[in-house]
Amino acid sequence: MSDAPRFKNPVVRWVDHRLPIFSFLHHQQVYPAPRNLNYWWNFGSLAGIMLVVMIVTGIVLAMHYTPHATMAFDSVERIMRDVNYGWLLRYLHMNGASMFFIVVYIHVFRGLYYGSYKAPRELLWIIGIIILLLMMATAFMGYVLPWGQMSYWGAKVITSFFTAIPLVGQSITEWLWGGFNVDNATLNRFFSLHYLLPFVIVAVVFLHLWALHHHKSNNPLGIDIKGPQDTIPFHPYYTVKDNFGIGVFLLVYAAFVFFGPNFFGEPENYIRANPMVTPPHIVPEWYFLPYYAILRAVDDNFIGSWILFGYTLIDAKLAGVIAMFASILILCFLPWLDRSPVRSARFRPAYRWFFWILLLDAFILGWVGANAPDGVWNGIPFLWIGRIATLYYFLHFIIIMPLLSVFERPDPLPHSISQPVLKGGGFAPARVHAKPMEKA
Amino acid sequence: MMRKIGLLGAVVVLLAMGGNAVAAEGELPRQEWSFNSIFGTYDEAALQRGFLVYKDVCSACHSMNLLSYRHLSGTGLSEDQIKAVAASVQVPDGPNDEGEMFERAGLQSDRFKAPFPNEQAARAANNGAYPPDLSLMAKARPGGPDYIYAILTGYEEPPAGFQLNEGMSYNEYFAVSANQIAMPPPLSDGAVTYADGTEATVPQMARDVAAFLAWAAEPNLNERHQIGVGVMLFLIVLTACLYAVYRKVWADVH
Repeated sequence: MSDAPRFKNPVVRWVDHRLPIFSFLHHQQVYPAPRNLNYWWNFGSLAGIMLVVMIVTGIVLAMHYTPHATMAFDSVERIMRDVNYGWLLRYLHMNGASMFFIVVYIHVFRGLYYGSYKAPRELLWIIGIIILLLMMATAFMGYVLPWGQMSYWGAKVITSFFTAIPLVGQSITEWLWGGFNVDNATLNRFFSLHYLLPFVIVAVVFLHLWALHHHKSNNPLGIDIKGPQDTIPFHPYYTVKDNFGIGVFLLVYAAFVFFGPNFFGEPENYIRANPMVTPPHIVPEWYFLPYYAILRAVDDNFIGSWILFGYTLIDAKLAGVIAMFASILILCFLPWLDRSPVRSARFRPAYRWFFWILLLDAFILGWVGANAPDGVWNGIPFLWIGRIATLYYFLHFIIIMPLLSVFERPDPLPHSISQPVLKGGGFAPARVHAKPMEKA
Repeated sequence: MMRKIGLLGAVVVLLAMGGNAVAAEGELPRQEWSFNSIFGTYDEAALQRGFLVYKDVCSACHSMNLLSYRHLSGTGLSEDQIKAVAASVQVPDGPNDEGEMFERAGLQSDRFKAPFPNEQAARAANNGAYPPDLSLMAKARPGGPDYIYAILTGYEEPPAGFQLNEGMSYNEYFAVSANQIAMPPPLSDGAVTYADGTEATVPQMARDVAAFLAWAAEPNLNERHQIGVGVMLFLIVLTACLYAVYRKVWADVH
């Protein structure tokens, strides 16, 4: 901000003197970003775009939607059939949720790979986890609104978690439901909160950006910015790169909206909610499947739940719920579980492997979550695959990360960001097995 | 390296999801539908034949509560034809100025007339089973129109030793209750008379009504595909331009 711009337009100057909004915008433009950000850094802006798309389509959908247990399903179908371009709005919103999660999950795993959670970005990371939790709550409540079979039974399963709380569980659950079952009162409050939470997310996103701009973006090398030679102005360099990324992303998004709008959906949710008929397989949306697998992995017979929680204190259902929430909350502790001073996995030969194993583990959990727990894969019960994958998930964070920090010998780091970049040939061969001081 | 592996991961996920979808549909025989491809549209002649099958056969037991007669313009029926179809049913209306309920001929704006006033009446007339509403059937079952076609053509003699309950029929594709379906075989050759002279065989009628139900569940598919192709072409050009801008702006950095 030191280089406060001199505006030519007197009106702009007058306003800026009283409310420095133009200086603020100028600051956003000249904001220095590391010069070596790769395409994985596009996903933050993509998430921002998706948040806006979801809010805009959602507000218009809300103009046509009726949050009542006897009318919600029909009102959604009215949007699909009779509202002008209602089908487009709804499919944009429906598939937008999936796209939002794809983008955000890639964004999270990018942070994991390049160590973006490490000092001084711990709060940036934790705020990101809070955004993820808010997104999950919003998505869950949004999925209930069409009041189809999966909406209803999904709501029933998830809200019933709270009955696991000792002593007051039943009371809390009835308080959340607004009655003795998932019913109209539940639908109404879910609609209200589904409308509210996105704006809470917007507010938290501002904190996320504030923290980001304070210490600037991490980068694929994971080393600090040493001076102006390491940076380029965000505008135009990263605005044009983000725009290109948005173009590619919109191609994928549009392909689903126009040619496979129900690809991510469950046929069961095109059946009106019926409290008397339980669907054969209650499954959440794909983006919740890994957590669903963790929830079901921890049960009475799971030795892990016994070790982690003990039988005497809490029952298995509560242990499952705790494990599910812990699987996300544990990410908040990652900056302190991973003590390695090297951020980027490019220079962490052992961590690199464990990163990919963790990613694979997350996919396995998702796959297990999609299948019935009593199912069998090549003779192996899904329950056991889920248990081992769950155990590994927690081992990764609690045991492997701290041990790696001690035993891993990182590759030598390059001296600065500009060094490998300026050395020619772009940054693909990050394996500049830099003799660190060679070219100071 | 991360870029490559990331792409590979995305491909694996998509394949796995596709694989699951196929597995869930079991052994449903896949049919060729005019509306399957990205340029696909509904075949209006098939939709009109399918509507005839619904009107003359299915509607004896199955409602389609989400559709109004006016929606039939999407099958290519003319306004006069739709008015005639609507007028062929009597619908309750009222109260009139004297406070009396009355019956009148149907209008285009009326919903499809349901065969039964409520679920209990439907069950009472159908041996305790509830014929589901068909408005969204093609989206509410894995396989959609393929499933509908398979059910309608899947009636067989039960295998030897199969314990068939009273009033039930054996259907190869009705997996939800172990091949026992409460709906007796609804179609028989010549059950309807097609105006366009198409021979009304069971597979032909099953195909037509499955196409009609696919349309009923997703009436905006034609428009969606048409707009979608335009959107994709626009985005491809836009993205190419944005890439060119990106390369140009970055030329001095690379």
